[in-house]
Amino acid sequence: MFTGVDFFLIDDLLSEEERKIRQTIRQYVDEKFLPLAAEYHRKADFPLSVIPELGALGVLGVTIPERYGAAGLNHTIYGLAMQELERGDSGLRSFASVQGSLVMYPISRYGSETQKQLWLPKLASGQAVGCFGLTEPDHGSDPGGMLTKAVHTADGWLLNGSKMWITNAPIADVAVVWAQTEQGIRGFLVEKGTPGFRTQTIKGKFSLRASLTGELIFDDCLVPEANLLPEGKGLRAPLSCLNEARYGIAWGAIGAAMACYEEALDYAKNRIQFGKPIAGFQLTQHKLVEMLNEITKAQLLNLQLGRLKDQGKAQYYHISLAKRNNVDQALKIARSARTILAANGITDEYQTIRHLLNLESVFTYEGTHDIHTLIVGEHITGMGAFR
Amino acid sequence: MNIAVCVKQTPDTETRVKLTDDQKAVNESDINFILNPYDEFAVEEALKLRETNGGEVTIISLGPDRVKSAIRSALAMGADKAIHLVADKNPSDPNAVAGALAEELKTGNYDLILLGKQAIDDDHAQLPSLLGEKLGLPAVTVVVKLDINGDQVTAEREIDGAHEIVTCNLPAVIGAQRGLNEPRYASLKGIMKAKKIPIEEKPAALAADQLEIESFNYPPEKSAGKIVGDSADAVPELLRLLHEEAKVI
Repeated sequence: MFTGVDFFLIDDLLSEEERKIRQTIRQYVDEKFLPLAAEYHRKADFPLSVIPELGALGVLGVTIPERYGAAGLNHTIYGLAMQELERGDSGLRSFASVQGSLVMYPISRYGSETQKQLWLPKLASGQAVGCFGLTEPDHGSDPGGMLTKAVHTADGWLLNGSKMWITNAPIADVAVVWAQTEQGIRGFLVEKGTPGFRTQTIKGKFSLRASLTGELIFDDCLVPEANLLPEGKGLRAPLSCLNEARYGIAWGAIGAAMACYEEALDYAKNRIQFGKPIAGFQLTQHKLVEMLNEITKAQLLNLQLGRLKDQGKAQYYHISLAKRNNVDQALKIARSARTILAANGITDEYQTIRHLLNLESVFTYEGTHDIHTLIVGEHITGMGAFR
Repeated sequence: MNIAVCVKQTPDTETRVKLTDDQKAVNESDINFILNPYDEFAVEEALKLRETNGGEVTIISLGPDRVKSAIRSALAMGADKAIHLVADKNPSDPNAVAGALAEELKTGNYDLILLGKQAIDDDHAQLPSLLGEKLGLPAVTVVVKLDINGDQVTAEREIDGAHEIVTCNLPAVIGAQRGLNEPRYASLKGIMKAKKIPIEEKPAALAADQLEIESFNYPPEKSAGKIVGDSADAVPELLRLLHEEAKVI
């Protein structure tokens, strides 16, 4: 059983309920998810059995109001939930991030009451799965240049174009799709089975293997008027969704980092070389201390970010700083842990290599490390370097 | 159906037990306390019975203030109400605990009383039977399957090498064994809701302990293993040692 890493007694800053919620998810991940993780990673598949279980736990749409069947809780709790899920696997956390922050959040914020009633309860329980289509094959960091178009016709909206690197695409019942229109960028709910809409699974991934990623293809796909998100207009709308998801990633990455640190520490204490545990060598201690050092700093950053978000004070640049720092550090921690595990660290008998590979994606998605650097850079200098 | 579930707060199963200096008690300072895992089966069974038959599930726990956390865990799984029988410490005599719980249970008009077959800390495994005796009710323990039809109870219990099927009438006391069900995880909503449920506090009507703990001892240190050979030739010697020295076969 994972007991967590809490070098600075940061747990004392959490409420009893926050600690209990973290514990229930931690236990779930240990008992139900981790026994499946290596196998699904190996066969590059997502265990569908976890979807209703995540729904029953209440981790799908943590901050979405209770009247829509979701948990209706604070952002700190959402963060703790993402941390615990990613301690299992970034793919598990990605599933919940996308469902909650990129599908339920835009429906809740920009959708009509009918759309909310129709989709949110099913998405909260895991009866339905959603995905989010913003990135395109040729437009990643520059989503404003998207080529997907929606033309208003007498029968609704005619969509043409494609979206790439879409988590959950192959299993989604509904896709939140962003497209250029005469009124600027607008969002649409495209349901599975709509004529002219198909998905294609992306194969050959060496990262986020226990997560389904695909392409969304729209070929004269007619979307009814009722499926337009009425309140979301302009690039600001999808970016606001990413802001929610990135917040969760800042927490999640430290879950993965803690898993690697714990595994490396345990291994170092038990692996004997030159007649003593390798934990007794100065170089190994240095690596372990650096890991703990960065985990502890990131935990404090996350908690303060969560409290700011709960007070409505968290800005996009706060989230960018946390995402870039925490994912970057988590990736370094995973690499360092891998060197402690040495040859054993390259097999999936240990979890570190899985986290290490996953974090390569997390470093890039939801705003690359570089883009987040430039977002903070623009904020502090007043000079935009990328737009 | 009006169901009471008696629960105990116990140390986490991964606790490395440390004793007090006089070795008469367990040092509680670094212990992470949890809801006794066998009591989780009892809570789950109560919730399932409530889901099919309606009614109410009341959690009852005896002990110092810290046991409220275990009560909240049971409430977070979905129980409706809770009573905390306040005591300075957990008595070391199960008879005293059963007496105090029975006094409370008599006042609640319960159709069914569920609890774990034992607590994982002191392992007495006496409470279901003691409660049955004190309340004058049928008690079935080590139960792995429970069917209730009207007031007819059919309980399947584990016995040495077999299962025994027992019938009795409600009200009854049932001691839950692993395998009875798979306890649900407390949901995020459940945990937040549990926070708002008031826990009724009453003094525990405890009689004096009749058992006294003389001392606790740590298990003996494991000695080094022995390799008796590396081929089939070693099997007879291995069998002899397993039989005569280790006494496991």
